Amino acid sequence: MKPGGSISIWFFIGISLLVNGLLIFGAGIYELLHPPQMPVVLFHLHASLWWGGILAALGAGYSIYFAPGKGRG
Amino acid sequence: MTASLALLNTQRLVHLSQIDLIIIVFYFALVLAIGFYLRKQANTGEDFFMAGREMTAWIAGLSFLSANLGSLELMGWAGASYQYGILAAHWYWIGAIPAMLFLALVMMPFYYICKTHSVPGYLKLRFGEPSRALSSISFAFMTVLMSGINMYSMALVLKIILGWDINFSIMVSSITVAIYVALGGLRSAIFNEVLQFILIWAGALLIPILGLLEAGGWSGLKARIATNASAEYTHLWGTLGKFTDNPMGIHWTGIVFGLGAIISMGYWTTDFLVVQRVLSAKDLRAAKMAPIIGAGFKMLVPFIVILPGLLGLALLPMKLMPEAQAIATGGHSYNEVLPLMLARYCGPGLLGLGITALIAGFMSGMAGNVSAFTTVWTYDIYRAFIKKDGSDHHYVNMGRWSTIAGVAISIGTAYLVMDFKSIMDYVQALFSFFIAPLFGTVLLGMLWKRASSAGGFWGLLAGTGSSVGMWAWVKVDPAALRYVALSPHARDMAENMYRALWSCLICAFVTVAVSLVTKPKSDAELKGLVYGVTDIPSETYVSVLHRPWFWAVVVGAGFVVLNILFW
Repeated sequence: MKPGGSISIWFFIGISLLVNGLLIFGAGIYELLHPPQMPVVLFHLHASLWWGGILAALGAGYSIYFAPGKGRG
Repeated sequence: MTASLALLNTQRLVHLSQIDLIIIVFYFALVLAIGFYLRKQANTGEDFFMAGREMTAWIAGLSFLSANLGSLELMGWAGASYQYGILAAHWYWIGAIPAMLFLALVMMPFYYICKTHSVPGYLKLRFGEPSRALSSISFAFMTVLMSGINMYSMALVLKIILGWDINFSIMVSSITVAIYVALGGLRSAIFNEVLQFILIWAGALLIPILGLLEAGGWSGLKARIATNASAEYTHLWGTLGKFTDNPMGIHWTGIVFGLGAIISMGYWTTDFLVVQRVLSAKDLRAAKMAPIIGAGFKMLVPFIVILPGLLGLALLPMKLMPEAQAIATGGHSYNEVLPLMLARYCGPGLLGLGITALIAGFMSGMAGNVSAFTTVWTYDIYRAFIKKDGSDHHYVNMGRWSTIAGVAISIGTAYLVMDFKSIMDYVQALFSFFIAPLFGTVLLGMLWKRASSAGGFWGLLAGTGSSVGMWAWVKVDPAALRYVALSPHARDMAENMYRALWSCLICAFVTVAVSLVTKPKSDAELKGLVYGVTDIPSETYVSVLHRPWFWAVVVGAGFVVLNILFW
């Protein structure tokens, strides 16, 4: 939906999820290569990797689907 | 106070990495970017105050819910579930879902068809200027006070969790909200609320997922809680037969009639902070669907708020305690359960997103208060009583300036609360004084065409007055609790439930009595405002899957199943 403007709110949300997801995924990769001295509980599940990946994939999908100029919203 | 804050500062719960700070800074940049982008679409009064009345049901519905997720909603109710168990979920289910569906199906047509800008605006059309004056002044006053309290609460939370300076937190968050609301008006507030809603879920959903994995699923969680606290903590209705059988000290009648029938109905159907979002919908069907979509998501919020509290009770190695005790002993308070769980599972990046979720929750609530205040101030106070003949452009400018003024007053209130902390309890009580009677007035106004202008005004005044009176009575003589809340064992929450119930009944009784001896309005004057004299458009032209009634039944069925499942 894009009432009043040419950019859909879902595009902004997609960008937000994409950027956050990539940052979290990157942090997960770093932690995988350099395990922390005091890991969080359930560190072995590597939540940063799969949660960051899910957010980035969702964000990429939204950003592309609702990209400005495609007339969707 | 200063000493205790210094103590808290040394005991910050989490330490942020650079990646966490980047995520938080990116969030602030994005909400400001949205505000700047939307500034050109806020030129007329309809644009600035009502978002052009062109929001889809999804946007209006998510914004409707997000405006309520602010304040200490996330952390406060997570703490309440640690303290009281799953009983806290009543505030999300029976304390919200029936009211949201009632708003959608019964009340929304009247709000929408009469094209009012606000709830006080509806009272003006239905009952006349005195009723609007009473409700708009009390609403505007209370809204900025509540906004300030929320602001202070947020700053205190950020100090406890991150060790951030209180002044820094107040200034950064309030100036950000002031900029994006003053620039883009309600549209900007709504867009950001939808973004904030998504971020809240993205940042908070991991805690229950990982928590349940650690606890061994729901059955493992229940077993641990039975060991650490009591099996009563995982029953939603089973322990409500007696005041003394449950940790909240409440009876099922208080939950059903006080919370479900009055307080939640009052809040979700007449508090302009949330109703304003639905009024921005593009048509009546979207306006009816928005609260139903909101209700569907509201049912799921306990999974990111209540469940983390229960997981804390089951898994945290330390015992959490009341705020005062925590400050005195250097321990952790109930309200810290959510950040503690966040710190337990979230490493760099995820922690930043979790903290962003908390900040987003606080800011969406603050923006909700400010945009609602701006509309009521400009339309229901300034235009009604101060300058009646201004141009549309003049009122938009007034809206922008009152946004900034509202934020400035909120900042003042935040500092006032910092010095006189007991104000917080009083203002929250004051806010509740108006909600329950207002529901009685609006409901009778919409459903009973015989209700007269005098009846509406005197009913509202009597309901509010009686609520204040009961509250003062119990303050002066605590033994009065046995009369107000029907039991000397009742606790604060139970007292609130029953006070709301009595004040609404008194409001309804006085409204009916005065209406019967005064002259009602004619049917022509009530067209578009009251059931029986308003033509409500038929929805037979759309398929069943697009009808609000169908989705209300689906959400209602989900509500019933959840209550049975966790009985």
